[in-house]
Amino acid sequence: ERSNLAGVRHILLVLSGKGGVGKSTISTELALSLRHSGKKVGILDVDLCGPSIPRMFSVQDNDVHQCDSGWVPVFVNQDKSISLMSIGFLLEKPDDAVVWRGPKKNALIKQFVADVAWGDLDFLIVDTPPGTSDEHISTVEALRPYKPLGAILVTTPQAVSVGDVRRELTFCKKTGLRVLGIVENMSGFVCPHCSECTNIFSKGGGEELAKHAGVPFLGCVPLDPQLSQSLEEGRDFIQEFPKSSAFSALACIAQQILDVTSQQSS
Amino acid sequence: QVALLDIDICGPSIPKMMGLEGEQVHQSGSGWSPVYVEENLGVMSVGFLLSSPDDAVIWRGPKKNGLIKQFLRDVDWGEIDYLVVDTPPGTSDEHLSVVQYLSATRIDGAVIVTTPQEVSLQDVRKEINFCRKVKLPIIGVVENMSGFVCPKCKNESQIFPPTTGGAEKMCQNLNVSLLGKVPLDPQIGKSCDKGQSFLSEAPESPATLSFRSIIQRIQEYCDQRHFQEETI
Repeated sequence: ERSNLAGVRHILLVLSGKGGVGKSTISTELALSLRHSGKKVGILDVDLCGPSIPRMFSVQDNDVHQCDSGWVPVFVNQDKSISLMSIGFLLEKPDDAVVWRGPKKNALIKQFVADVAWGDLDFLIVDTPPGTSDEHISTVEALRPYKPLGAILVTTPQAVSVGDVRRELTFCKKTGLRVLGIVENMSGFVCPHCSECTNIFSKGGGEELAKHAGVPFLGCVPLDPQLSQSLEEGRDFIQEFPKSSAFSALACIAQQILDVTSQQSS
Repeated sequence: QVALLDIDICGPSIPKMMGLEGEQVHQSGSGWSPVYVEENLGVMSVGFLLSSPDDAVIWRGPKKNGLIKQFLRDVDWGEIDYLVVDTPPGTSDEHLSVVQYLSATRIDGAVIVTTPQEVSLQDVRKEINFCRKVKLPIIGVVENMSGFVCPKCKNESQIFPPTTGGAEKMCQNLNVSLLGKVPLDPQIGKSCDKGQSFLSEAPESPATLSFRSIIQRIQEYCDQRHFQEETI
């Protein structure tokens, strides 16, 4: 029997040691960027306590259905180039808290990894909660047979965030997960009124960490209220704001991922 | 007399923010000694038990719960006025355990932190429901990163736009107090990274004024609860 992940060409995890750094944002924007390069992308949201992905695509009210091979992912657009699975779709009411201990979370993650009928995808992006605990251990274990491409680690520039992401790098090392690179998110804010740039969350910590740890630095993504607004409204930032500062950073990150995959094929 | 307990086991940030990186925990006859920032501020965190800043705590729930139990049972805090417990994001093992282990004593309540945008509020509503489910009183909500004033032109920008009314609307809808809003100030991140007190370094900042007002409201809430209990 063909596994549900057999048609997925590349699996990417988006990790961070720290909460609130923008993993779900980066996962979403990376998916949109890859889609604009003509790829078919799925996003698996394994943040069971705080599932953010459905809302970022305005599909938070959708239901999921079952088919013979498992759950049918939710398609966000007509051409079916982006599909999602998240516990967010399984909640009766959006404010329902998932108050589960580890073992129950692990069981659902195993199901999510094995039982979603993704079909053929170029990329499956796995968005995770912050930390190095049940969800992460279970996800990596469940994905191991499918040989993930690797992990992207997201941090904000300041030392308090980098401090946790260093531990996430150790997690990757210990679990044999390749680190594709580090993204320094919320890196600088350009005032829309006067264009002055302020480093609200400091600057440079992500790049320094990448250097120190010997992993690629994928780039800085600035704070961009247009990006925040798009995400809030579930719109396609990549399509709507190609001139924004965040756009070029995100497109560059996507290109580096594509370069890794073409290196792999050759 | 204040105790700060950091139960974010995978991402222990408190030691760095308090300028206590590299400190170790000492054991004595009466248990584990907290690490003191000042005479009246003691701290405990898994960060003090790790030998390197690269060490990862890759533990499943049961092991995390075990350490939280130890922290609550074996740390010799002495007489304290306030025990502040910093938690990781979520509604899982750490949160269930700390509420469970403290159920024999009295938890005054929880302060819930959000940022203004819906993607944050979405999760915070779940956190509020968690508190209600486990009968944890809610002191109130703090809206953090609430607006940024450009240091050059002094215009305000909503970096995390409150497209659905921010914490204010959510608090109205869910009948919880809004304790206050804290604006973004680049000095906050800097102070935390240096392990210095932002309140001391930037006493005139609007963010400091917000913090102080929120803290006062929390103290008033706690004093009131005590008073109510004593009169009963």
